[in-house]
Amino acid sequence: MLVQFFQRTHDSLLLLGKSKEAEIKRINKELANIRSKFKGDKALDGYSKKKYVCKLLFIFLLGHDIDFGHMEAVNLLSSNRYTEKQIGYLFISVLVNSNSELIRLINNAIKNDLASRNPTFMGLALHCIASVGSREMAEAFAGEIPKVLVAGDTMDSVKQSAALCLLRLYRTSPDLVPMGDWTSRVVHLLNDQHLGVVTAATSLITTLAQKNPEEFKTSVSLAVSRLSRIVTSASTDLQDYTYYFVPAPWLSVKLLRLLQCYPPPEDPAVRGRLTECLETILNKAQEPPKSKKVQHSNAKNAVLFEAISLIIHHDSEPNLLVRACNQLGQFLQHRETNLRYLALESMCTLASSEFSHEAVKTHIETVINALKTERDVSVRQRAVDLLYAMCDRSNAPQIVAEMLSYLETADYSIREEIVLKVAILAEKYAVDYTWYVDTILNLIRIAGDYVSEEVWYRVIQIVINRDDVQGYAAKTVFEALQAPACHENLVKVGGYILGEFGNLIAGDPRSSPLIQFNLLHSKFHLCSVPTRALLLSTYIKFVNLFPEVKPTIQDVLRSDSQLRNADVELQQRAVEYLRLSTVASTDILATVLEEMPPFPERESSILAKLKKKKGPSTVTDLEDTKRERSVDVNGGPEPAPASTSAMSTPSPSADLLGLGAAPPAPAGPPPSSGGGGLLVDVFSDSASVVAPLAPGSEDNFARFVCKNNGVLFENQLLQIGLKSEFRQNLGRMFIFYGNKTSTQFLNFTPTLICSDDLQPNLNLQTKPVDPTVEGGAQVQQVVNIECVSDFTEAPVLNIQFRYGGTFQNVSVQLPITLNKFFQPTEMASQDFFQRWKQLSNPQQEVQNIFKAKHPMDTEVTKAKIIGFGSALLEEVDPNPANFVGAGIIHTKTTQIGCLLRLEPNLQAQMYRLTLRTSKEAVSQRLCELLSAQF
Amino acid sequence: MEHIRFILIQNRAGKTRLAKWYMQFDDDEKQKLIEEVHAVVTVRDAKHTNFVEVICVADSLSVLQFRNFKIIYRRYAGLYFCICVDVNDNNLAYLEAIHNFVEVLNEYFHNVCELDLVFNFYKVYTVVDEMFLAGEIRETSQTKVLKQLLMLQSLE
Repeated sequence: MLVQFFQRTHDSLLLLGKSKEAEIKRINKELANIRSKFKGDKALDGYSKKKYVCKLLFIFLLGHDIDFGHMEAVNLLSSNRYTEKQIGYLFISVLVNSNSELIRLINNAIKNDLASRNPTFMGLALHCIASVGSREMAEAFAGEIPKVLVAGDTMDSVKQSAALCLLRLYRTSPDLVPMGDWTSRVVHLLNDQHLGVVTAATSLITTLAQKNPEEFKTSVSLAVSRLSRIVTSASTDLQDYTYYFVPAPWLSVKLLRLLQCYPPPEDPAVRGRLTECLETILNKAQEPPKSKKVQHSNAKNAVLFEAISLIIHHDSEPNLLVRACNQLGQFLQHRETNLRYLALESMCTLASSEFSHEAVKTHIETVINALKTERDVSVRQRAVDLLYAMCDRSNAPQIVAEMLSYLETADYSIREEIVLKVAILAEKYAVDYTWYVDTILNLIRIAGDYVSEEVWYRVIQIVINRDDVQGYAAKTVFEALQAPACHENLVKVGGYILGEFGNLIAGDPRSSPLIQFNLLHSKFHLCSVPTRALLLSTYIKFVNLFPEVKPTIQDVLRSDSQLRNADVELQQRAVEYLRLSTVASTDILATVLEEMPPFPERESSILAKLKKKKGPSTVTDLEDTKRERSVDVNGGPEPAPASTSAMSTPSPSADLLGLGAAPPAPAGPPPSSGGGGLLVDVFSDSASVVAPLAPGSEDNFARFVCKNNGVLFENQLLQIGLKSEFRQNLGRMFIFYGNKTSTQFLNFTPTLICSDDLQPNLNLQTKPVDPTVEGGAQVQQVVNIECVSDFTEAPVLNIQFRYGGTFQNVSVQLPITLNKFFQPTEMASQDFFQRWKQLSNPQQEVQNIFKAKHPMDTEVTKAKIIGFGSALLEEVDPNPANFVGAGIIHTKTTQIGCLLRLEPNLQAQMYRLTLRTSKEAVSQRLCELLSAQF
Repeated sequence: MEHIRFILIQNRAGKTRLAKWYMQFDDDEKQKLIEEVHAVVTVRDAKHTNFVEVICVADSLSVLQFRNFKIIYRRYAGLYFCICVDVNDNNLAYLEAIHNFVEVLNEYFHNVCELDLVFNFYKVYTVVDEMFLAGEIRETSQTKVLKQLLMLQSLE
């Protein structure tokens, strides 16, 4: 009957062919029929109910939505007939989402079946839990299933299901699965006679052991002896569990995985037995196959690869590691693509072991060949990965050359990754930096589109940091730029390098200043805006380097296409540079446009990018080795921060400085933020100008409104911490300056600055600190604070010092805010509303309605109001969702009573904040400060 | 925690003949995964491996998380049997798990064909649950599985 219906449906679908509409029509007719049966007066018998539920399921699996029948399916669960129950459970496993009403009914049926002692019904119930695995089910059954699992009279097939059902619940809700007596009994299932039970239990134990290694430690010796019995058995011993002459391959794999949760066994007997197992597995790989079927070799090799994973995981037996490597080496030339792929993949991890690194390297020619001949891109990808992993100083030139030549034809999908790898290897193993520069320029030539910013920033950093390569770099980029069509990335690198070091090749008449300029400018009009902006900076650098081309460059800057460029950035640069070149004296030009100082040493941003692309695990090894070797990569002059040159416009981007770390505030305004007038200010006396506020300091400032201690500012050099206390109108603040470098700060001068408006209202007193801050040291400064009258602005803390010969200038807002002088006031509801009414003058009330910027959490809100300084008054507002507070602001001259009310609207994710105080400015300021906190 | 994320049987036209999910996906994600698997698997031939990493599928999964999956697949006539697992999982073990499963289906349905899977979908789910549960391999013995299936059949 059922089959007939399906046949009809299916046939009609086939007949109707492309007509989606006809299909839908046919389905809708059937759905209407089923709906009428379910709604009909006559109660349906179990068989009919099953039939219709099954039809619904079929229609759903054809891809149509089903919005009824759930109740009928749940009814089927309580049937005593297997077929009806099975369809009911299937419908629920496939279609039910956590609909709370139904879940209760479903759980009830499951409970009955679990208690039924009928293994078939128990199995159905367990499979349903394992499929749905919801939290509600975990709550209901996580306590019960362990009992089923370890009970003496439970059937084997039920044990299998129970073990995996428990595993599913542990995965979704580990907190609900209580560890207990059952855990030790579960471990002993590894000894069970029934290999199916062992197979299921091993999965459960592996997952539990990953999270609770101590508790499941005894599983190691049991797993080893089980494995030993399997690998030494004759191919017929295990009967049902022998697959194409391989004894229990899946169970062997699982046991070997379980062992990878642990270090090598400590007990020498266990350890010896395990080593024997692993040797046996390796030996079997050398034996002639017992069957020509691919199933035989696959099953055998599944075990072999897992054994190799364990050997690599232990990384303690040189003999086994080298044997594994040799075995994989054979696979590298196997006719099965799968095996070549897996061997490359597995060798990648072997390459990072000190015991097998050399053995892996012997296969370099085969791997390079794979790069050239494999048809499957994923195999070539693995070959690239392996070359990268086996690369060291001895073979770097060969590997980099091969990767570069592969890049010419590589699939687009993996080009960027190869570019990153080449860039990293070239830098890491560069003995000769001319080789490095050549390699990167080749990269740009071959795959310019795939050379990301990180790569070309890095080559510039390295050239700037190493004076022995600067002349070569200038010469090489100059030659590369001669090509009629060169990639824009090359123009960027070329522009930057010639701007810095063009003078080193200017003596050669073939690359005279004018020729250099004309060469660069011939590319100008083909480039995008950011590159043109960079080139303009190169030009102004040329004005300084080569006075003889100044008129030519001025003409270019003066042309309409520059001075009136539609792009604001380009126009501004042209205007400023032109003015700079006319106004400034040679000395000032030389100072402003001096060569870039070396970049501080830090992790390569290219490596960071590769990690991001590939996930952390794949590149960790490299990172570690990179750390030790970084010394000889970028050794040289004492590192100094980059943006300290007064006008460092050609800096490609602040990103160069580091990942996420905010650069120290530049001493001069960047060209986009200041007009010509400001520039002149900078030139007249650059050291005495207060730096603009450090980026991010606004955020930190807001964080201190409701708290008194923490880190106020941090960059690569300096950390500023605060600790403060306030009482009435007085306060004391401890400022801690930490030198994060290993070099002294000299002339270290923090200054507190109050604006003219602030000065009469806030008194700050402090003593100067020692002008020398040793590397790694912290100095402390105490500020005594007196609030004379209410105030709005915050004082600014400016810090100036010299570091490694460069001038540093940092400014941050000091979080001394009006609310710090709050004294909380407790009052009853009646008093509160009386005072509230008294402050009803429109100037006294300030209200702000704003969107929540943080999750609306009651406890957090309460903590913030208390941190703000006012009392939090409970049971005052008739609406318990609202918050009210009261307090007095103490100043030397007066005291100001303040009331506040905060009304959250969860639905709209909005707040309304109302402040009432006797002084308008105070209401205003407190409202601003507090609004920013939610 | 490595385990099977889903099992999918598709025909060459991309029609799903079985989908069993072992982790939470919403309907849109499932649909995208089904389409993605079809797109990557059907273009591969005998010179390719039976493994393919699938990149960037569902919006609500972070790309990073998804890169940790791979599809192990094998083609039988017009049907692709696909198992999605974590990248660290044992490729060959799952490749043979597919074959083991297909041999059981073949035995149970006496020369299984695509239409058997369509019309007997509820039986196919039973076979899957006997052999794979909670994303793990539950039973590998063909004899035991078939014995159990015949026992259940006798209850119908």
